[in-house]
Amino acid sequence: MKVELENLTKRWGDVVGADSINLEIQDGEFVAFLGPSGCGKTTTLLMVAGIYKPTEGFIRFDERIVNQMAPKDRNVGMVFQSYALYPHMTVFQNIGYPLKLKKVPKEEMQKRVQRVADMMGIGHLLDRKPAQLSGGQQQRVALGRALVKEPQLLLFDEPLSNLDARLRLSMRSEIKRLQMELGITSIYVTHDQVEAMTMADRIAVMKDGRLQAYAPPEELYDQPRTLFVAGFVGNPPMNFMEVEVDRENGDYHARREGFDVVVPPDRGEKAAGRGKVILGIRPEDVTLADEGVSGEIYVVEPLGRDDLIDVRIGDAHVHILADPTLRLKIGDNVKLKFNTHKVQFFDPATEDSLLWT
Amino acid sequence: MAQTTVTSEALVDREPPSRWAQFRATLGAWGFMAPAGVLVLVFFFIPVIILFVVSMTDLSSSNFSEPWTFIGLENYARLFRDKFFPKILTNTFRYVILTLSFFNVGLALVLALLTTHIERRAGFFFRMMWLLPRITPSVVYILMWRRIAHQPPFGIINQLLSPFGVEPRYWLFERPWLFVILVNGFVGASFGMILFSSAIEAIPRDYITAAKVDGASTLQIIRDITIPMIRWPLLFVTTYQTLSLLTSFEYILLLTEGGPGLFTTEVWALTAYKRALKTYFGHNQWGYGAAWGFILVFIGIVLAFVYLRVFRFNELVQEPKIDVL
Repeated sequence: MKVELENLTKRWGDVVGADSINLEIQDGEFVAFLGPSGCGKTTTLLMVAGIYKPTEGFIRFDERIVNQMAPKDRNVGMVFQSYALYPHMTVFQNIGYPLKLKKVPKEEMQKRVQRVADMMGIGHLLDRKPAQLSGGQQQRVALGRALVKEPQLLLFDEPLSNLDARLRLSMRSEIKRLQMELGITSIYVTHDQVEAMTMADRIAVMKDGRLQAYAPPEELYDQPRTLFVAGFVGNPPMNFMEVEVDRENGDYHARREGFDVVVPPDRGEKAAGRGKVILGIRPEDVTLADEGVSGEIYVVEPLGRDDLIDVRIGDAHVHILADPTLRLKIGDNVKLKFNTHKVQFFDPATEDSLLWT
Repeated sequence: MAQTTVTSEALVDREPPSRWAQFRATLGAWGFMAPAGVLVLVFFFIPVIILFVVSMTDLSSSNFSEPWTFIGLENYARLFRDKFFPKILTNTFRYVILTLSFFNVGLALVLALLTTHIERRAGFFFRMMWLLPRITPSVVYILMWRRIAHQPPFGIINQLLSPFGVEPRYWLFERPWLFVILVNGFVGASFGMILFSSAIEAIPRDYITAAKVDGASTLQIIRDITIPMIRWPLLFVTTYQTLSLLTSFEYILLLTEGGPGLFTTEVWALTAYKRALKTYFGHNQWGYGAAWGFILVFIGIVLAFVYLRVFRFNELVQEPKIDVL
């Protein structure tokens, strides 16, 4: 099912939950709503589910406006961070509850619940109460309950946030696989950009109730349209520093105190002659080299596979990833090479990208 | 007592503590229990024992200064032989069951559900209004009701209904039971209402959202989610109010004095009170009244145990999450 949000707005008095959200989700697409807490992603999700009524704008399911449609008529399945399994019902009753409400005959209900439970690998737990299950099992039951009525749209509200880190990884790939196999259009709300990047076909980045960007993960990563997106997506986050870009002898130089690199003309020309602009570069695009910009190591954070190193260049800080076997220490002097084909430039006033519009 | 044993056992489990440590742990447990224990002892156990002793005497205002005598269970025998005993017994059941089911639990639940499903501030205001009768002095409250159901040409009901061609009546005398139950129920409902609405508001929103998405209507949510999730307060209010209704009589005393006529609305607790302290000729039969009272206490204790068993309170009350230190 195709989902379309047009100027979707939710206000409670002066408080704005979501501010004219426009986006379109293709049939079978997996879309993540990504943003910090309070950015309006859950508000938008609850409007799609029919729990909140939009203040303005429209929600369309396959061209049909569903603003006034009750949640029960939307044929939507939802999975919650808290799992929201009914504690007084068994696993069977939990999964079967949507079918019971639809007055599905007992025998068919039995069959469908068993099938979904087996698919989720919890077929042997049907007599248990939710309190007797582990977090991962509970989340599978919640998924089963969402899937049992064969919904046309699946809504996930931070479903993995309560699981431990390991389980989160395996559930992540499992949900992605399941969604692909079933081909159900899905919206996945998360504040974890890794989750959004790894799972979604497209990511809607939100901040303060507004849609900041809506693009496939690679595009979001390589061509961030705003400073916020650039800083929010990617881990460790992008480095930013104020520079001035000037053209000299046909080359574009990005300069600040103790820092001077030549940037490619296609990027440089868009930032040149504007006074101070914000240069952004991801940690993996800065490497240690024999020559280049010199700096002093300020902090070393071992991450295992890499060391995350904070290098001070003048009064700017740049984070880079380095090989731990180099045994770098605080106070060491190093030279940095910038992969200038990957630099980003932002307008400091509007915080919009100068490269991608 | 049980708590104390658990404490010392848990200590033994970990490592053998010194006798002094064990003694101190026991003392600590007793120390924490002491204030409540003393209250129960002084205001419940001792009075009940006194009550039982008095119930086996012929102590009354006519022989107070003379030596009174132990007469064994004669007061109890006399009580069961009383011509009006069956009437009083059925009255008591009728009073407790009707008030409890229609008002103290039934209306309380309806009020709680209504006030939690409307706008929050409106619900809060409505609940506050409903508490007014409870904080009104009993006498004032009952006077208001008596005015409402007063005999013609007075009575607010008569004033309101006469334009519709309803003949004025003395409503309180024609429908005494209706008013006895209404008067108690209006006050009684607020207790359950407060407990139920706070329990309903404590249900995490996700459950309700999940049920809505699952396709439940408001009534189905109330039936399948809300009520099962407030099971504990429901049971608590039922048991607590049964016991308190059994022993309450002041509204009936003020409203009908057990009448009109002979024993029409007289309940057990009112009988005990009248026999012991307020007979018409000033002849207070303390011993006989104590027998009525003691049976009530006995029924209360038995019911309390039955409730504890049947509703398995132990399972409902969660174990404390704090480990023994």
